[in-house]
Amino acid sequence: MSEIDISMTINGQKVEGKADPRTLLIHFLREDQLLTGPHIGCDTTHCGACTVDMDGLSVKSCTVFVGQANGKDILTIEGMAEADGTLHALQTAFSDNHGLQCGFCTPGMITRAYRLLQENPDPTEEEIRYGISGNLCRCTGYQNIVKAIQVAAKELSSVKEAAE
Amino acid sequence: MIPGSFEYHRPSSLDDAVGLMSSLGEDALLVAGGHSLIPMMKLRMAAPEHLIDLQDVQSLKSISIDGGKVALGAMVTQAELIASEELCAICPLLKEASLQIADPQIRNLGTIGGNVANGDPGNDMPAVMQTLGATYMLTGPDGEREVAAKDFYEAAYFTAREDNEILTAICFDAPAKGHGSAYLKQKRKIGDYATAAAAVVLEISGGNCTAASIGLTNVGDTPLLAEEASAILVGSSLDDDTVKKAMEAARAITDPASDGRGPKEFRTHIAGIMVQRAIALAQSRAK
Repeated sequence: MSEIDISMTINGQKVEGKADPRTLLIHFLREDQLLTGPHIGCDTTHCGACTVDMDGLSVKSCTVFVGQANGKDILTIEGMAEADGTLHALQTAFSDNHGLQCGFCTPGMITRAYRLLQENPDPTEEEIRYGISGNLCRCTGYQNIVKAIQVAAKELSSVKEAAE
Repeated sequence: MIPGSFEYHRPSSLDDAVGLMSSLGEDALLVAGGHSLIPMMKLRMAAPEHLIDLQDVQSLKSISIDGGKVALGAMVTQAELIASEELCAICPLLKEASLQIADPQIRNLGTIGGNVANGDPGNDMPAVMQTLGATYMLTGPDGEREVAAKDFYEAAYFTAREDNEILTAICFDAPAKGHGSAYLKQKRKIGDYATAAAAVVLEISGGNCTAASIGLTNVGDTPLLAEEASAILVGSSLDDDTVKKAMEAARAITDPASDGRGPKEFRTHIAGIMVQRAIALAQSRAK
């Protein structure tokens, strides 16, 4: 089978290449681009460990072929911190509030929470729980994940207010 | 898991997509959101030699509402459907059902067309569309034809769509103003397929039910339109005895499998409970 040309933006960088059409976006990110933040957990669209942002939408990159992502703008956990290494408010909040134990689900959790807070900057606890219902954590019981997202939401709102 | 090899195609018009389907024949499959097909390809239960991605076919992406007539393009995602305030205002049933499908990431890519065309008895929208009396538009090499949602499903994964046809749109008349509707789904966990689910649309005038439509999800090989149960409700005040009769009539047409969601008898029982609760909720919402 012939390879297809790949062109997309990943974490603000234009990426060009070639790939076998059966390559899944998660494999392209991890094995071709060496962006190993997005994880392969269940590989069956359930766990959300592979969540990335695609054209402003949270998606599970284990269930997107690389060709489907052609021309799109992708954000992974590697693109969350600022260029000088300053962590995103969500990353800081997950760290401060112990929003992880083993850390395997964390890149997907944070990438999903990032988009959730774009869609709904001031979510209720219930809205957070529903909003991350596509991301499974087998360690924490979610309490501190929800707390971290609440803290980050407050932090991001106050930064935004200060800027206005 | 790595799917089998295939050639990837991304046509930019419906004509091109239909042309590809005809020239590539049965070795080609369409991909919309891909959230039913790609898992099947990863398991190698589907192994197309050609994959035709419909994402650039703009004509399949619109939600059109003209008076009470609704046309949903097949490539409208669940998230776009949920976000359409105009659609939710005239037919809240769709948003209520859609919010019970999978999770946010999946609703961002999963499409209404894929959900109804796939023929998976676990999918929620087929029974909803039957309840709304929807019609599916199919385009193939010989032009366009219509198939009623209630005639579309033949068996699990077998539908009236021919291999070389594309389901392009779903059309229905919005339920009457003041109607009440509900979609209730019993599931093991959020995002799961239904143990049993019921869609109900009711019209009520002077305390009496003047029109009723009931559909059932995942309690048979196909979605089920509970026509007898609906007929029992019409003309009644939706009193307990009548609702009980409708529940039993709905249960009588189910034939669920015994599986991880429970034994057959349990799922049939739950189907009746979902019908009963959805009737009560739809009644409370009717004006």
